Amino acid sequence: MKNLDSVFAAYLIGWAIFFLFSLSVAKRSAGLKDEISRLKERLQESLQKGK
Amino acid sequence: MIKTGVYTFLVCALMGLTAYASFYVAPTEATMGLVQRIFYLHAPSGMVSLTAFLVSFIGSVTYLLTKKPKWDWLAVSSAEVGIAFCTVVLLTGPIWAHPAWGVWWAWDARLTSTLVLWLLYVAFLILRTMIEDHDRRALVSAFFGVFTFLDVPLVYGSIWWWRTQHPQPVVFTSAGLDPTMRKVFYLSWLSLSCLMALLVRQRYELEASREELRSLEQELEAN
Repeated sequence: MKNLDSVFAAYLIGWAIFFLFSLSVAKRSAGLKDEISRLKERLQESLQKGK
Repeated sequence: MIKTGVYTFLVCALMGLTAYASFYVAPTEATMGLVQRIFYLHAPSGMVSLTAFLVSFIGSVTYLLTKKPKWDWLAVSSAEVGIAFCTVVLLTGPIWAHPAWGVWWAWDARLTSTLVLWLLYVAFLILRTMIEDHDRRALVSAFFGVFTFLDVPLVYGSIWWWRTQHPQPVVFTSAGLDPTMRKVFYLSWLSLSCLMALLVRQRYELEASREELRSLEQELEAN
């Protein structure tokens, strides 16, 4: 079982990078979607005021 | 939404299967022992990162020809995903090299050109944050993206063109790679390629959302 720690470390680091990247994109995406829905509401309000 | 969920589940299942095959199906290499199993993550990640950079290059060239923003989105999305895979390559390589070579890093052609590639694409992303105007940002980064891609053939060919400490290719050559090892390698390549497609799509949707936000802001200003 020589170097098992190296194999374990390599796979752990590799998968952590993929997971963290996906998580970061999902977080950024969720933030943008919140902002989009907030702006849509504001736009709706301003259109109603305009009428 | 359901389609994306199913695809994500399939990619995760494929990744799990690859992990199982890498640890339990592939035979232990006679000379290097257990540490050789890093090969099933390291080498396919390298190939997938080069594929992502190729997609980014195609996006940049097509943007320069058509000026359609979606190609710029594809270029930046693939570049970012390529960097993630390249980071895995640059970190798992030294973990393998330390027990195999006795050193973490060697400044040979393959390793150095890969590090330069990673730095160039990081510069590509930094450059994008420095330009406010969207059209100008897309244009400048498309030119930079084309220039950056010039390092990719250098990374790929470095082990043939120069004497390097990096192992010679064993997959697309007649070198004696065990048939089971070869199958596990192909499985890993497939699963990481599917993961790349999933991440590029996820990242591309983020760019599309940014565009939607920008047009909403403009609409709101106009009102």
